[in-house]
Amino acid sequence: MSGEHSPRLPERERPWMMRTYAGHSTAKASNELYRGNLAKGQTGLSVAFDLPTQTGYDPDDELARGEVGKVGVPVSHRGDMATLMEGIPLGEMNTSMTINATAAWLLALYIVAAEDQGVAQEQLQGTTQNDIIKEFLARGTYAFPPAPSMRLIADMIAYTVQHVPKWNPINICSYHLQEAGATPVQEIAYAMSNAIAVLDASRERLGPGADELMGKVFGRISFFVNAGVRFIEEHAKLRAMGMLWEELGRERYGVTDERQLRFRYGVQVNSLGLTEAQPENNVQRIVLETLAVTLGRDARARAIQLPAWNEALGLPRPWDQQWSLRIQQVMAFETDILEYPDIFEGSKVMDALVAELLEGARAEMAVVAEHGGAVQAVPYMKGALVDSHRERLRRIESGEQVVVGQNRYTETEPSPLTDDAEGGILVVDQAVEAEAIEAIRRWRSERDQAAVDAALAELARVARAEDLTAHDNLMLPTIAAARAGATTGEWAQTLREVFGSYRAPTGVGEAAGSAVGDEDLAELRAEVARLQEQLGRRPKILVGKPGLDGHSNGAEQIAVRARDAGMDVVYEGIRLTPSQIAASALQEGVHVIGLSILSGSHRELIPAVIDALHEAGVDVPVVVGGIIPEQDVAPLKQAGVAAVYTPKDFDITRIMRDIVELVGAGIPAAA
Amino acid sequence: MSDQGSALGARLRERDLSAAPATLNLLESTTAADREQAAALLHEVSPAALGQEAPGHIVGITGPPGAGKSTLLSALLHAWRVQAKSVAMLAVDPSSRQSGGSLLGDRARIDFDPSDRGVFIRSTAAGERLGGLAWGTRAAAQALAAAFDIVVIETVGVGQAETDIADVADTVAVVVQPGSGDALQFLKSGIMEIPDVLVVTKSDLGQVAISARRDLSAALRSLGSRATPVVAVSSLPPASGVEELAAALEEHRKNLDLSERRLRARRAGALTEFANEHGLQGVRALGGRTAAQTWLAEQDQGLDEATLVNLLEGRMGR
Repeated sequence: MSGEHSPRLPERERPWMMRTYAGHSTAKASNELYRGNLAKGQTGLSVAFDLPTQTGYDPDDELARGEVGKVGVPVSHRGDMATLMEGIPLGEMNTSMTINATAAWLLALYIVAAEDQGVAQEQLQGTTQNDIIKEFLARGTYAFPPAPSMRLIADMIAYTVQHVPKWNPINICSYHLQEAGATPVQEIAYAMSNAIAVLDASRERLGPGADELMGKVFGRISFFVNAGVRFIEEHAKLRAMGMLWEELGRERYGVTDERQLRFRYGVQVNSLGLTEAQPENNVQRIVLETLAVTLGRDARARAIQLPAWNEALGLPRPWDQQWSLRIQQVMAFETDILEYPDIFEGSKVMDALVAELLEGARAEMAVVAEHGGAVQAVPYMKGALVDSHRERLRRIESGEQVVVGQNRYTETEPSPLTDDAEGGILVVDQAVEAEAIEAIRRWRSERDQAAVDAALAELARVARAEDLTAHDNLMLPTIAAARAGATTGEWAQTLREVFGSYRAPTGVGEAAGSAVGDEDLAELRAEVARLQEQLGRRPKILVGKPGLDGHSNGAEQIAVRARDAGMDVVYEGIRLTPSQIAASALQEGVHVIGLSILSGSHRELIPAVIDALHEAGVDVPVVVGGIIPEQDVAPLKQAGVAAVYTPKDFDITRIMRDIVELVGAGIPAAA
Repeated sequence: MSDQGSALGARLRERDLSAAPATLNLLESTTAADREQAAALLHEVSPAALGQEAPGHIVGITGPPGAGKSTLLSALLHAWRVQAKSVAMLAVDPSSRQSGGSLLGDRARIDFDPSDRGVFIRSTAAGERLGGLAWGTRAAAQALAAAFDIVVIETVGVGQAETDIADVADTVAVVVQPGSGDALQFLKSGIMEIPDVLVVTKSDLGQVAISARRDLSAALRSLGSRATPVVAVSSLPPASGVEELAAALEEHRKNLDLSERRLRARRAGALTEFANEHGLQGVRALGGRTAAQTWLAEQDQGLDEATLVNLLEGRMGR
């Protein structure tokens, strides 16, 4: 069969690395999950940390309330990391950690856990996500201001290039940009601009002699991308990224080694397009999106993790994640996808698509460069993303963009998949948080406190250093603190005290208004104007995100639409405590409050907000939006919530109409 | 509810800071009933009722977007709280021309302790009003000055349309960032009134900040203003210049003839408010702007602004 003109490869290709983004409750429970996944044929690990770990708080911190063990595993110290990796040979495993602001710390814990297993750091393989710019833009788990955050990244790169040579210290993420609404052009341009910022910072950090190391640094930078259901264009996007990357390496950083120039990426396919309505349809979406990153050999993913069909409903169970792993295995082992050279080579359509994307991306990269680079351009990029997302929602609301089961073909049989008591999702035991709090207090009481204090003092000293030299690398005291038994919260707090804390731009101020001529919106504005007459003031809404969840896209869209409907909008961004929300509501004299939570902590946090409002004497309706499982709606309403919106309520103008009605209904007849 | 306004006024007079939210709800309202209550409230905190000018220091802070006002305000707020001064902050945002709605983003950018009862922050939208302030902001500043040690009014712009802020504030600080050049041009061309304090942010930028400060000082001197201090601040940790700025603001207030400035503010404010409400025709009915000003100058010095507006309206009716 495989003669000289055979279209096949001489040998079937090795499949990509298969992972599942997983972790929840405790290190012990997550370790069991990982071992189970590996037994099912998963070939790498992808660790999901909970939000307190991602943002640098211990389980007993006020901000951690309701979030412990929810969207990932809490890892507070070397003991937790050892438990998490127990029985998994770290010298052979390839571990990807979705960790950013606290990446240096988690890598340090991983290095120490490896030491405990007798594995040297030189042998470790894996990736820390460590991309802070996209946290400012889209994901929200930052901890420190931009400049010290970039220093942490550069320090990690400088350290790993020399001491953990098989580690990818950073994964430049375009994934979250698409989740935040980026078009393919924006995804390419912002990711590449971000990479430039990181590489420039590394070159500066490495100082004299950097040029020799730049090839190594460049070769260790990988990407984490997204793939939507328009899989042909998405594939073109990846080809375009590969070309830009190579060009960047050659021209800007003088890299010549072909291996170092290769565009390496892992992928999690799109979650933004997954629907709550008829959730079984998400399976075919996931399959098609996987084609985008596997079809063409020249731009094929190195590692793939797939979302589960029920992500818009809540947290996936092990069985849901197994289904996604099996999708990968069928693709790799049953189909003939791995038997051919690049199947798009010579395709006029593909080449033209790539050229079009390259042209757009180059133009947008130039705009970012004009702003002074990716770090300085964060407010610009954020505003552009909020704008794109608004346009995407408008197209779905108007029916221009078809979403099967959501805005077309909505008739459905009841789904047997969501039939069980929990509604087909994982519910984290609420006792987990109390146990974690007790465990960390025990840990603190049993360790050598003097050693911890000394290690943290040394960390602070290095963080304060000016005119940095190679000796001031933050990784060194970070690893020492991990060894001494310091906790995630202590490490982060030490650095917060030196670096200061930070609130990223919200992007909503920069977002343009909705298209004129939208009739529904015009009607709504008239309604708002009538309400204003009655109230004596323009209707004022507080949009807030309680808890540590940084996924602010939904809240931002609500804020922008409320403004476009003619309301005054107080939007304070992410990471608010219940008392902050209550204080704002009182001081601002708002007429209604909208809260958004996607992390699953609504059962604890929403009642806490309502209590805080009562205490402050604020009596206005509260509406809640987010990933709220059906069975949680009634308890929330009992707690005093006026309305609950979930991903199936995609028509934001309709939500606004409800809110205006709610405010109107609250006006005393005498007024 | 009929004595809501005077009750709130009495609470403010007793320096009850928790009266602030309801005060703002009332002063921002445009319904006839609320305006009556608002007038009663303002009467309670008028100089006549207080027996003196309201003791709080009304500070206007204005500057273009991106100049670093919010970060600066966070730092100033912190400095004031360390001195145990209570602070009310009225942040005025522009409104969307298209929908009339607005995104009030300042609160998100100001770093403060939500459980601190000595801090009150209110965001308002300027709406379609000229002059840079929102409906009710001026009245709110005057009322809150009875209870808070410091009342800050923050607006966006550089000295062109923000005439209102100069009318109401005891001390106006204009915030500029190095390298922008606007402030310099506006000062030289006389578009911008000379502020009481000029603030150059981002002094951590080094040379460019030093030259900005030097150029502004030179421009002020050439305009004959030797008194206006130019303060350089950096809000990045370690912050610098913030205490110096707080001191400069206080120094200005100390050297000020407060009753003269407040009296002028109330009279000018009353006329502005009247003109906003009744337009050019209304002003003509008073015999023109100059005649109105002359008439206002003859009125009792202890009257609050709302009463003055009422009196002007009474004259128009005759």
